[in-house]
Amino acid sequence: MRVEVTINRERYASDVEPRLLLVHLIRDVLRLTGTHIGCDTTHCGACTVLLDGRPVKSCTVFAVQAHGRELMTVEGLEQDGNLHPVQEGFMQEHGLQCGYCTPGMLMTSYAFLRKAKDPTEDEIRLAISGNLCRCTGYVNIVKAIQHAAARLRQGGT
Amino acid sequence: MMPPRTTPEIGGMGHSLKRKEDPRFIRGKGTYVDDVQLPGMLYLDIVRSPFAHARIKKIDASRALAVPGVLAVITGQDLAKYNLHWMPTLMSDTQMVLPVEKVMYQAQEVAAVLATDRYLAADGVDAVEVEYEPLPVVVDPRKALEPGAPVLRTDKKDKKDNHIWHWEWGDRAATDRAFQGADVTVKEDIYLPRIHVASIETCGCVAHFDKVTGKLTVWMTTQAPHAIRTVFALVAGHVGLEEHKIRIISPDIGGGFGGKVPVYPGYVIAVAASVLTGKPVKWIEDRMENLQADSFARDYHITAELAATRDGRLTALRIKTLADHGYADAAANPSKFPAGLFHICTGSYDFKAAHVEVDGAYTNKPPGGIAYRCSFRVTEAVHTIERMADLMAHQLGMDPAEFRLKNFIKPEQFPYRSALGWEYDSGDYAGALRKAMEKIGYANLRREQAEKRQRGELMGIGISSFTEIVGAGPSKHFDILGLKMFDSCEIRIHPTGKAIARFGTKSQGQGHETTYAQILAEELGIPAKDIQVEEGDTDTAPYGLGTYASRSTPVAGAAAAMAARKIRDKARKLAAHLLEAAEEDLLWEPGKFSVKGAPGRAKTIQEIAFAAYTNHPQGMEAGLEAVSYYDPPSLTYPFGSYICVVDVDKGTGEVKVRRFVAVDDCGNIINPMIVEGQIHGGLTMGLAPALYEEISYDEQGNIRGGSFIDYLVPTAVETPKWETDKTCTPSPHHPLGAKGVGESATVGAPAAIANAVVDALWHLGVRHVDIPITPAKVWKLLREHGVTE
Ligand code: FES
Ligand code: FES
Repeated sequence: MRVEVTINRERYASDVEPRLLLVHLIRDVLRLTGTHIGCDTTHCGACTVLLDGRPVKSCTVFAVQAHGRELMTVEGLEQDGNLHPVQEGFMQEHGLQCGYCTPGMLMTSYAFLRKAKDPTEDEIRLAISGNLCRCTGYVNIVKAIQHAAARLRQGGT
Repeated sequence: MMPPRTTPEIGGMGHSLKRKEDPRFIRGKGTYVDDVQLPGMLYLDIVRSPFAHARIKKIDASRALAVPGVLAVITGQDLAKYNLHWMPTLMSDTQMVLPVEKVMYQAQEVAAVLATDRYLAADGVDAVEVEYEPLPVVVDPRKALEPGAPVLRTDKKDKKDNHIWHWEWGDRAATDRAFQGADVTVKEDIYLPRIHVASIETCGCVAHFDKVTGKLTVWMTTQAPHAIRTVFALVAGHVGLEEHKIRIISPDIGGGFGGKVPVYPGYVIAVAASVLTGKPVKWIEDRMENLQADSFARDYHITAELAATRDGRLTALRIKTLADHGYADAAANPSKFPAGLFHICTGSYDFKAAHVEVDGAYTNKPPGGIAYRCSFRVTEAVHTIERMADLMAHQLGMDPAEFRLKNFIKPEQFPYRSALGWEYDSGDYAGALRKAMEKIGYANLRREQAEKRQRGELMGIGISSFTEIVGAGPSKHFDILGLKMFDSCEIRIHPTGKAIARFGTKSQGQGHETTYAQILAEELGIPAKDIQVEEGDTDTAPYGLGTYASRSTPVAGAAAAMAARKIRDKARKLAAHLLEAAEEDLLWEPGKFSVKGAPGRAKTIQEIAFAAYTNHPQGMEAGLEAVSYYDPPSLTYPFGSYICVVDVDKGTGEVKVRRFVAVDDCGNIINPMIVEGQIHGGLTMGLAPALYEEISYDEQGNIRGGSFIDYLVPTAVETPKWETDKTCTPSPHHPLGAKGVGESATVGAPAAIANAVVDALWHLGVRHVDIPITPAKVWKLLREHGVTE
């Protein structure tokens, strides 16, 4: 089946099997390997991308369901050589170690901060509870998101 | 802590430099194994057994081979032709790559399907038909050792039972005497269940054998690439894989924690498939395969006893342990120590006598056991002694903190030789505990607890004052399959004063690219940003044993310092030549040599580097390079004191960690930000088995906890906001005074949490709860003790 999607503002078209998962379209066909896979039960969130602006676990969406829609992956966060505040936040606050969960964490955080301007720690923890991290213990991820939220309130993009 | 000696621009030890690896990771530009895609690459997927113990009567591949895109189905019979159906484990036991006769655990590899696409390989797996004849299953290691139990390892000709080995350490007679004469003794059965490291990236590889050159390149999720290369050469030399033509590349690794030390059958089958086809072959396990078949950790059935005087002085420790290894002893331990470093179990306390015995048993479960983010069974040791210390304190009616302070090894006793023979390098255990007590407000918490108890509320305070044993290891005692456990660093300084340094270790998220650069910056005064650190490619890196057991800083970090000092020695000669001064008249400060008494006459390390290629004295070799293979004289002993406050819900049995203060001491610190991050992560991997994670089996050997549906890796919601602090007691024998920290928190945290829960329930008559302390377990206890109905 033909799938046409916009990913990170670029258009792609591909012929795929109906059963192909979106995460495999992104990783194996379009070779955007920043999006990761960490489980088979929709628990880890390593595969989180934005579909029409909403975070989804791309391991649990068929590629064909994204037809005609807009996707954003971790590769789309940086614009014109400028890192997004969530990326800055994760670097500044040591919000990542092995980096495997990081793209999913970043996408979830990005979507969350579009709605939540000044979130509490509990709200942040709840927002990222669909994303597992085995390395960081989450304390610095929370700080990274707070860092990004502060930057965004000051008019970062 | 000492203030940094270098400027922030140089970024030596003590600076919280931002990590060099982050810019690629936050852009999604890391390269993990599954990101490697080669032209013409094939995919491997694995057929797994539904039975825990069964004879294989027939494997019918015909339907699978009819699936378009499926190229081959590989069975044990195929591998047997090359004698590759069995392989050695790291403990010199044997383990099947693919079975010929029978399967020994549920989810064991039975056959492999090679196809042009991942989905087609999975279709092929579904279509392989296997006929099994179920055999009696042995799940409980105690039953495995009973007379008449079915013998599992029928492949071993003379094996008549399921006993693997017996190992003991310490002075049995002295210990027994101490127990006979003791005022007070306590005894407890403690079970540390099977758990799984569950790094978010699973295991996998891309194997590429080039038929023309005969070279095999394997991108692989491994923590120990060099050792793997040697193992491959030793096991498959007879089919033409020679060590100089094997290249192991360990690319970015998505967490290891010990789970990426062993060689799993999937890797070997992928290599075999690539050698046979001459095409690149990718094998990536999914999460369920990862949890169900990869090496587990722990599974120790422990009976521990403590003896003490009436006034609360510990005298002796006695432990008997039964280790469930599944169907093969595939532990990742130094070969002299089948129970790893479990005999660090006297912990932070000054015992006169101790004796420990461990027996290994075979069962119908996956092989292991590896460490779960710890140094060879040190968590098992710490959990035992810290639980027992609390039990004894409570038994004596003493406050657990006061009891520990009374029994700690004193700072003036270091270097200290333990009753079980270890030589502890340095420590100030009371200092760390007092700091933790102050930070958490211990006295106030005890008052609050007493008040709450009056009101019938359940609150507990738990302490764990652990001592670790890391940095394996001195080569006289430590080897894996005969390979001595040194590690290495090679430095090349380029003419413009920039540098590249390569190591035998492999980061899986610890930030080696940053911390190693900082060590070199400290030693050479070259800014850390000018130093490129590389690991994980056996074609380029010097030989080393890899990263696990918190050994990178203690061993490879020391190698970095030693190699840098060799560079500095040559730089001094070059500087003397350039400055026309005698070597003895030169003074070093980070980044330059100057002439004593004439500070204006100086040469920077960059100028010296340039001269090494453009203006070196006649008779001196050109270049500025060095390599060091560091064999540590002893181990390092990081320590800490953790205090945890829990509230227990009487209605549901749920345990909530309200506060957790961790005071760690890992000696001198290279990057404080990274150290704190390691502790946060370690604490979370201590919380996980304490409250949530377990892999168990039913009587038929069916796995429970084989997916993230049942295996509960903590999310940000369950994880408390960790509070950390530190003391600093440098290691006297490490060139930088550092000790290693990656695993301290995993080792120390579970006992603090378990102790807190028992502390909350002690007045009800509860003496011990095995981890994971689930709501169901606590609720049952509350019910038994008449608190809940
Ligand atoms: S891969 Fe784990 S949720 Fe998608
Ligand atoms: S940084 Fe390793 S899983 Fe999150």
